[in-house]
Amino acid sequence: MRRFLFLLPLVLFVGVGVAFFLGFGRDPRAIPSVLIDKPVPEFALAALPGRDKADARGLATADLRGDVTLVNVFASWCVPCKVEHPIITRLAREEGITVHAINHKDKPADALAWLTRNGDPYDRVGADPDGRASIEWGVYGVPETFLVDREGRIRFKHVGPLTPAVVEETIIPLVKQLRKG
Amino acid sequence: MIPELGHYALVLALFVALVQATLPMAGAATGNAAWMAVARPAALAQVLLIAVAYLALTWAYVVSDFSVMNVVQNSHSLKPMLYKVSGVWGNHEGSMILWVAMLAVFGAAVALFGRNLPPTLKARVLSVQAMIGVGFYLFILMTSNPFVRVIPAPLEGNDLNPLLQDPGLAFHPPFLYLGYVGFSMAFSFAVAALIEGRVDPAWARWVRPWTLVAWSSLTLGIAMGSWWAYYELGWGGWWYWDPVENASFMPWLAGTALLHSAIVVEKRDALKTWTVLLAIVTFSLSLMGTFLVRSGILTSVHAFAVDPERGVFILFLLIIATGGSLALYAYRAPSLKAGGVFAPVSREGALVLNNLLLSTATATVFIGTLYPLFLDVLDLGKVSVGPPFFNATFVPLMIPMVAVMAVGPLLAWKRGDLPGALKRLWSAAAATLAVVLLTVWVYGGPVMAIVGMGLAAWATVGALAELAERVRLFRIPLRDSLARAAGLPRGTWGTTIAHASLGIAIVGMVGSSAWQSETIQAMRVGDTAEVAGYSIRFDGVDQGIVENFRTDIGRFTVERDGAFVATLTPERRFYPSQQMTTTEAAIHTTWLSDVYIALGDPNEAGQWTVRLYHHPFVPWIWLGCIGLVAGGLVSLSDRRLRVGAPERRRSPPAAAAHAAE
Repeated sequence: MRRFLFLLPLVLFVGVGVAFFLGFGRDPRAIPSVLIDKPVPEFALAALPGRDKADARGLATADLRGDVTLVNVFASWCVPCKVEHPIITRLAREEGITVHAINHKDKPADALAWLTRNGDPYDRVGADPDGRASIEWGVYGVPETFLVDREGRIRFKHVGPLTPAVVEETIIPLVKQLRKG
Repeated sequence: MIPELGHYALVLALFVALVQATLPMAGAATGNAAWMAVARPAALAQVLLIAVAYLALTWAYVVSDFSVMNVVQNSHSLKPMLYKVSGVWGNHEGSMILWVAMLAVFGAAVALFGRNLPPTLKARVLSVQAMIGVGFYLFILMTSNPFVRVIPAPLEGNDLNPLLQDPGLAFHPPFLYLGYVGFSMAFSFAVAALIEGRVDPAWARWVRPWTLVAWSSLTLGIAMGSWWAYYELGWGGWWYWDPVENASFMPWLAGTALLHSAIVVEKRDALKTWTVLLAIVTFSLSLMGTFLVRSGILTSVHAFAVDPERGVFILFLLIIATGGSLALYAYRAPSLKAGGVFAPVSREGALVLNNLLLSTATATVFIGTLYPLFLDVLDLGKVSVGPPFFNATFVPLMIPMVAVMAVGPLLAWKRGDLPGALKRLWSAAAATLAVVLLTVWVYGGPVMAIVGMGLAAWATVGALAELAERVRLFRIPLRDSLARAAGLPRGTWGTTIAHASLGIAIVGMVGSSAWQSETIQAMRVGDTAEVAGYSIRFDGVDQGIVENFRTDIGRFTVERDGAFVATLTPERRFYPSQQMTTTEAAIHTTWLSDVYIALGDPNEAGQWTVRLYHHPFVPWIWLGCIGLVAGGLVSLSDRRLRVGAPERRRSPPAAAAHAAE
């Protein structure tokens, strides 16, 4: 028994070492989504109150069929959202991709002020004040961005702020491919 | 030519280390004095060679030799000279050179000052130290050689990550590494003692100064990193429980435990196997810190130089060093003779409790840091562990630790008088009550913050009360008290300073966590914002070009009740070479609190995002940390611990008389 006590540190360390070794093949940032290639979950969100775009409407499952679209989950309190915002704006205005948004756990007034200050590239913005729809979408944190094809299936998901690399290497080629197909 | 010289010196150092790792060890085993004597010149030769390599790399940075890959990747001809010199260790390859340089310096220090060490112990310590060196030289030469050339040489370099171009961060890594590497001494002594089969008070007296050096440096390094995060990242926080921060915090916690358990070995010849284990664990955690930062297996905001190939190499080093030493421990430690016995309520008992709590705290941070990895490896899903976990587990462990900290030094060795000790802490109890009442009156809550402020008072006043007790303050004439104070061992002074400083740091930690006010506003020039009773007017932005960056400097006037307080100039810098923006927060400190402004981005409408914070007591964190370091250094100057001080038999009567006071 006493012997085993002295062996214990070594045994524990072996366990840690094995975990370290297995940890190499993995990307800690990659978060698998069970929703990839599945249809968009059933949800319906009211429009962000007070958003003064002429056709300000809510966002629901049916709205995501017919065209290839991006769905961006954002919040005014989220600093990385601000970082990716110029990229999203460019995708919408220059690449001509329809970008919808889910406004996650936010106060409408804050979200409106944020969009006024940073620009509003979104087509539809659904308000999700209690985060219920985000749960359906399997959102871990803001920002996250989903690419939805014409049939309304999720084809790609990005966790964290969009980077120029992801946009150039994955999103734009995928959008082109999906539009053709 | 000069980079090649550095490269050559590095290879030579590897071979010298190989000799030093084998010959003296074999000599100690066979009783061959000539072989054992090789350790000393070999250790000195290593220092010289590594110094050549280090200076060669520094030279390449200073003259901006862009034919060296490492310089191209991390320097720029316009970079200020300070950051050319500090840029040497601002990247993975260079930082490893600094690492081995410090390792060699520690080895040489033992070789030079260890005249009184038993020859076999000295030979074995230096051998183990050289084994660590061999591992790291191989690592540098095989995976991270900083002397690789690039042909053709580019005209300009990529510049150092702008976040690192900061005086606070320039000196953060050297102190951090001095801490990490310093613990290698405790490790080498522990392994050598296991091989020798003997741990005694003399051994502990040899381990303590190295541990103190390492601990003080690590404290300073962590504090500098935290200070840097506070003013440079512009998020207004000073600790994020990020894996990389935790990687440096774990060896600190284990090292703190080691520092205290070594006292028990030294004074009472007890807790030997435990102390040896702590020495191994502390250095292993330092190695693990080096590994985690470079392997990319955990998500962190500031992981650098992520490269799986290097990660695998360091992992093998870790497995050989830690696995090997723990196997040796399992084999040899049971045969170490147990020493003195003691009652649960005694100085030893208090130190054991300190060790239990610190080890549990280390384990908590360890689990919190690695839990995401463990779950992921077992395919149980992805999680992230954040501050709520650490606040719920780590903080409660610190409460009893700080509570006992004030009592421990008042207890006698072997068997202590708890009621007597508590009676002598009446002043600390009164101060605690006063601070708690004051906190309730001023802030009203939250409960944890009130508890924290009370504990801080208990720790600081308790440490001072213990000192007053020792010098019989106000009970004998002041002149005699001062004479007694002057006669106290430096180690006692160090304890008092460090314990009192921890209380001060706790005030800062609690205060800034509980009562921070924050507002983020889009401000136009001329706008005024309010935070915590201060009104802050935005007067304008000056733009300029300085050395290798462009800068926007905001001008803000801080007023309180209409009276001028300060002009603050937060900066936002853009580094074209790396396309990166950094913030330089502007801070006005009253020493009781900080008014903190960080300038963000402007928008099309001419508004600037401005973050305004009021951080109560934050300066106390830095004061407390400086005090901790000072306590460590004062202890280090104690004659009993002085490196090279003549080895004398410990005199139990003197120690006992001391404690009985």
